[in-house]
Amino acid sequence: MPEIVYHVPEGEPVHVNLKDQYWAALLAWLFPGAGHLFQGRTAKGLLFMICIVSTFVFGLAMGRARCVTATTGTGSLNYYFLAQGAVGALSFPAIIQSVKTSDGADPFWVLCERFPEDYANEKIRFHKIDQQKDVGPIPERTLKDGFMAPPAGPVFEHEADVLGMWHADYKHMFDLGVLYTMVAGLLNILAIYDAFCGPAILTEAQKEELEEQAKKKRRWL
Amino acid sequence: MILLAATAKIWYSIPLIVVVSLCYGATRHEVMSEIMRHSFKTAVWVLGFMGFIFAIVWLSGYFV
Repeated sequence: MPEIVYHVPEGEPVHVNLKDQYWAALLAWLFPGAGHLFQGRTAKGLLFMICIVSTFVFGLAMGRARCVTATTGTGSLNYYFLAQGAVGALSFPAIIQSVKTSDGADPFWVLCERFPEDYANEKIRFHKIDQQKDVGPIPERTLKDGFMAPPAGPVFEHEADVLGMWHADYKHMFDLGVLYTMVAGLLNILAIYDAFCGPAILTEAQKEELEEQAKKKRRWL
Repeated sequence: MILLAATAKIWYSIPLIVVVSLCYGATRHEVMSEIMRHSFKTAVWVLGFMGFIFAIVWLSGYFV
């Protein structure tokens, strides 16, 4: 893609060299802001990087590293991940964990262990195992929460399961974590577009047309 | 203060409004000063819209 020149009302025209658009878009997806840095658009690259990465990491922390999962407990696609996955490499651990746990294996990077669904004491099934508390014998097989891993164990529709326990334990923070990480992914789609096509700057003709429309609105009011 | 405490969750929208405004502004301009100006306008617009919806919901409480 050749260099694009934007004529701004004040100051010198702005030159934007998109270099290799496809590489830039791929890099922008892989890591927020990387596409812009590749194109030499450092300030914008850093702006996208700081905004998107901090939003994703903040959201992940709010959801205690459980709010980004590529699949659900039943192994089907987690639709939230369509947005979360747009942040590229930051979401790759979720894919790795889904592949690792797809056949019932334990996830990498275990965060905590829970009592299994067949534990004798029904009241503490799916609850976190805290060895400091007197909760009875620790079972041999436990359910493990992993970093960005899908919820372990069976899925129940009307009873508590591991996902239900996440909501009960972390309350609104879990949902906010999902929201923040999804917004980060959606913002990175804007960044990918910007790396591929350049900024959507209005031309003089478009500006005049918008001003005309605004004038008409004011007259109508 | 009671209203602020009761609506504590709404404060989580502030970082989102900031980053969304900045990223949206960045897709419309290349020069940093123009990005910031556009972002500020977007943030004010979003906050105004939220305030408008809040006012509607708040007023609707009197008619229930």
